[in-house]
Amino acid sequence: MTRPPLKLTDRIARTLPQIVVAPSFALILFFVYGFIIWTGYISLTKSKMLPNYNLIGFRPYERLFQMDRWTVALENLFIFGFLFIFVAIVIGCLLAILLDQKIRAEGFIRTIYLYPMAISFIITGTAWKWIMNPSLGLETVIRSWGWESFSFGWTNSESMAVYALVMAAVWQSAGFVMALFLSALRSVDQDIIKAASLDGASPWKIYLRIILPSMRPVFMSAVVILAHLAIKSFDLVVALTGGGPGYSSTLPANFMYEMTFRRNEIGVGAASAMIMLATVAAIMVPYLYSELRGKKHV
Amino acid sequence: MKSFAKALVSAAAITAAFNAAPLQADPKAEVLHYWTSGGEAKAVKALQEAFSARGGEWVDAPVAGGGGDAQAAVLRARVLAGDPPAAVQIKGPNIQEWAEAGALADLSGVASAQNWDGVLPETIQNIVKYEGNYVAVPVNVHRVDWIWANPEVLAKVGAGVPTTWDEFNATADKLLAAGIIPLAHGGQPWQDATVFETVVLGIGGVDFYRKALVDLDMDALGSDTMVSVFDQMRKMRGYVDPDFPGRDWNLATAMVMRGEAAMQIMGDWAKGEFAAAGKVPGKDYICASTPSENGYLLNSDSFAMFNVKGDDLVAGQNLLAELILGTEFQETFNLFKGSIPARTDVPRTEFDDCAIKSMDDMVSAAEGGTLLGSMAHEIAQAGAVRGAFIDIATAHFNSDMSSQDAVEKLVKAIKLAQ
Repeated sequence: MTRPPLKLTDRIARTLPQIVVAPSFALILFFVYGFIIWTGYISLTKSKMLPNYNLIGFRPYERLFQMDRWTVALENLFIFGFLFIFVAIVIGCLLAILLDQKIRAEGFIRTIYLYPMAISFIITGTAWKWIMNPSLGLETVIRSWGWESFSFGWTNSESMAVYALVMAAVWQSAGFVMALFLSALRSVDQDIIKAASLDGASPWKIYLRIILPSMRPVFMSAVVILAHLAIKSFDLVVALTGGGPGYSSTLPANFMYEMTFRRNEIGVGAASAMIMLATVAAIMVPYLYSELRGKKHV
Repeated sequence: MKSFAKALVSAAAITAAFNAAPLQADPKAEVLHYWTSGGEAKAVKALQEAFSARGGEWVDAPVAGGGGDAQAAVLRARVLAGDPPAAVQIKGPNIQEWAEAGALADLSGVASAQNWDGVLPETIQNIVKYEGNYVAVPVNVHRVDWIWANPEVLAKVGAGVPTTWDEFNATADKLLAAGIIPLAHGGQPWQDATVFETVVLGIGGVDFYRKALVDLDMDALGSDTMVSVFDQMRKMRGYVDPDFPGRDWNLATAMVMRGEAAMQIMGDWAKGEFAAAGKVPGKDYICASTPSENGYLLNSDSFAMFNVKGDDLVAGQNLLAELILGTEFQETFNLFKGSIPARTDVPRTEFDDCAIKSMDDMVSAAEGGTLLGSMAHEIAQAGAVRGAFIDIATAHFNSDMSSQDAVEKLVKAIKLAQ
């Protein structure tokens, strides 16, 4: 059986999507994946001030992991990442549940909580820097109200500066997580809830046993979005603590910038960028794998 | 008039020497710099006007922000693309690195015509020379090892500006007892490192500074002297107020001005803050060198000249080099910027007392061999090694690390960075 030849318009209609997508595909291939490969290559060379293409093996990685500044940055990433994701989800989830109680002026309140997301991290960082400054922020205000022993100097303390970062980042992102959860809460089948309450389940039980478990995909997306925010955090540190006191609150992105652009250590900078990429991949790949595999079963 | 004629003659000589073929090529130069604000912008404009007055075409390429980081990225890209700008504002060992990469032009012609060897102190010559040839032109000298003091506040405890570190500690203890902050300081890594290097110079002495911070001698870095340097740093930590982390240097200067704190250790860019507030040196504030054996830590900005092709570009580059080190520009620029001229024969009438003290000290330090490049400000060390020093100085200052640990970490970090 011979097929009738395709008409020109059909042929165009069939290839048009590919033609339209091709340029952006090529650009992404080059500028994203191409440069990932380039960075990977550079991380195995002795590049100092200028890129150098002679391979020397894993020496840059060895040097990287001998640097105290990097160890501190990596530790900070785990502390910051874990607390940021955990606290933002808990607070966001609680806010969503409270907002879901059919309260008055919900739209207005929702906007207030969501608003920090519209601000850049630089502004958040600067504002919190002032709030947390012992001599002009919260500490002074509360002391002037009479609580003389109140102390809140997180940004000035070597051991607490990371937690100051967590606080500002959570403030910024909790509203966004709330919005994610709120829309998911609204899409839960009302019949199930009604049936459960007819069976005598308390509202608390309904949330804990029925609604939250049905929102698993939303938890996953929240974790992935917050995780990549945490790993690429750079501007918040610059604005809020400047990486200090000392270098106690630097994150890997700040380390990478410092090495590559300030210290003529492009090789070590590239190595740290690859480790960051590996960290992202370690979180993203299992997630994408499970998501894609899950879809096939449906 | 005489100097102008002389300059013209030498310019003609240089032009003749450098572009033997077409004499009519108009000098042209692209200048990459990060002086985009305040006095610095005015100073660059003065240079631009002088350049145009001599028939040159100035292509301005300012890169704002980042204290030079943004500019460094632009420069790298331009050099890798084979199209470097004629003159770029870089300093210290970065000049040597670019010269090693073969990217810099040889300025020997202008240098010998203008007798640069005769007017520049040797320490500065070494910064801008590569293998004996000039590759960059110094613009100014900032002194780093200054104490900026409020005499009224010091008088409250009956003290003057300390001249030894023991005296410094005694005065500071008295100030503390009187409820005054002895040392205004901002806890940013480069500021911690600035104090650190003046302490190295003061406690260790000129030779120790040279061995440890310039030559990176491991024995010196790991010595007991370095331990006592960190001991003194620990004491200094007790003399700053609790709110110091992250504070900008100019806010610390303001604390001295307002009398909240007695002293600040900072380079002479701090003078600009006093001047802007209408304060008079000697009366409202005192500038004194930090205690040392006639040591002098200098920070010097410079323009490196890159290899450019084309007669007009080479002519422009040479004209620019000549103008930058000319007495006229050195005077105008440094009056705007608050630093002192890199050459030693500039008329002093317009400069203030602190600048004149700085000039005198620089000449005597150059003669006595005690003129040294600053580590914190990228003259003695740059890039990775400077970063390693700063890391340890700031980590020690902002924690309860012991001096012994700090010395061990310092040796390890410097080895790793080399």
